[in-house]
Amino acid sequence: MLKIESIHTFYGLSHILFDVSLEVSKGEIVCILGRNGAGKSTTMKSVMGLAPPRQGNIMFKNRDITGVKPHQIARMGMGFVPDDRRVFFDLTVEENLEISERGVEKPNAWDRHRVYEFFQPLKHIRSRKAGLLSGGEQQMLTIGRALVTNPDLLLLDEPTEGLAPILVGMLEDHILALKDSGLTILLAEQNQKTALNLSDRGYILDNGVIRYQGKIEDLRQNEEIMRRYLLVG
Amino acid sequence: MDFSTSITLNGLIQQFLIGLSRTTILFIVSSGLSLVLGVLRIPNVAHGSLYMLGAFLCYTIASFLGASSLGFWLAILLAPLVVALVSLAVERGLFCHLYDREHLMLLLFTFALMLIFGDVVKAVWGSEYRSLSPPEVFQGSLSILGMPFPKYNLFLLCAGPVVAFALWFLTQKTKIGKIARAAAVDRDMVAAVGINVSWVFASVFVIGCYLAGLGGALVAPTQNISQGMDHTIIMEAFLIVIIGGLGNVWGALLGALIFGLTASMGILVWPQFSIVFPYAAVVIVLVFRPKGLLKATW
Repeated sequence: MLKIESIHTFYGLSHILFDVSLEVSKGEIVCILGRNGAGKSTTMKSVMGLAPPRQGNIMFKNRDITGVKPHQIARMGMGFVPDDRRVFFDLTVEENLEISERGVEKPNAWDRHRVYEFFQPLKHIRSRKAGLLSGGEQQMLTIGRALVTNPDLLLLDEPTEGLAPILVGMLEDHILALKDSGLTILLAEQNQKTALNLSDRGYILDNGVIRYQGKIEDLRQNEEIMRRYLLVG
Repeated sequence: MDFSTSITLNGLIQQFLIGLSRTTILFIVSSGLSLVLGVLRIPNVAHGSLYMLGAFLCYTIASFLGASSLGFWLAILLAPLVVALVSLAVERGLFCHLYDREHLMLLLFTFALMLIFGDVVKAVWGSEYRSLSPPEVFQGSLSILGMPFPKYNLFLLCAGPVVAFALWFLTQKTKIGKIARAAAVDRDMVAAVGINVSWVFASVFVIGCYLAGLGGALVAPTQNISQGMDHTIIMEAFLIVIIGGLGNVWGALLGALIFGLTASMGILVWPQFSIVFPYAAVVIVLVFRPKGLLKATW
């Protein structure tokens, strides 16, 4: 589904990602674990075309998407849920979904009504301005907004950041439900528990370099790695 | 000097209505400027030039079609459309390749456009004044409370709310309006849901320039159509947008009201220095609300 081949990404003069390679196969949840500032969000933005890499290639569905414009990448079937949520604050919940909706010819396609079924709380606040929602509601909306574009691969950047534990549990169930419905997910997380609960495979990113990759069971048992790259301080 | 004796209630109302019709023009022009500023984040310095172009085109089209009423209305209709077409060509041909550049480049580009449009107008129409009469229905004056009031200004008073409603409908109720409001705040996310932001920008730019052309066409019968009208309006429009709140169309309405009314009421109070009043109002607003009266989208 997605193959990142040794990309180097810069913000202006600062070199953020060094030779990052990773792969996501159809139907998997793959996580990128790492501390704040490790380069997780930059990886996501590179894939989405928002921070194109200066070197290396990104293949999506066997097509080279390096340097392709973000809206074209989105139309190829990539959904993006950014870490800072970034709902369209000025628009209502309904309008957020309305402008993002892109119908496709397939059974069970996502539209705003299916999003309201999936995230029930959104249904009752559909006419509220997105800027006035709580963190949890905004997170549901950002995911819903990505879903109505009917993606095949969902980039989920720190979906649990700043959410109350009860909401984190709820969100994890929803993410697993999405996987069961056939969606492939690349997940960036700081929250190890969530990442380990959900993922099939994982990568550890530290200072812009991939330090480890492997099955999630192996990672769970490898305390040495976890301590070295993920513990704060 | 005793001011109070020279001001009558009727005179006050008359000046108020004159101010409101001036407000209409100011609002139409600055709402277009504000729209472009809010969504594209570009201060379009050439906005005033498109207003001037609209006025000259209105004059030429009306004269070409014969000085009939029908010719006049067709000119009011067509001149802004031609301005919109010109802006579409400029946007797609040149401007859209610059969006990734830094802001200063874009500003310089619109500045260059202003100079070019100014010269084009000079080359085509020469440096003489032109004037255009309103159609027969709107010629002459009407007596309001015993004071004469130009009929054409009544037409302007009706045009203002129509344009305001159209803008409200466009930004709040249409899909392109909703997308534009989203793009004003977060263009990357708009792209990330699969919307071609470049076309959103083009549409907003063209609509904004259309409004400049419309303002120019509407103002044509009320004043001399001349070189330099671009500079006057762009100054006023920028001040209006700044006191209203950058990128906020309703701020432009509020700013235009303040600017238009202080100018016309100022004439009653102190005719020789009436031009000072709107600028003083701008200063006062900015002292208390440095970011403008309504919420800026910046």
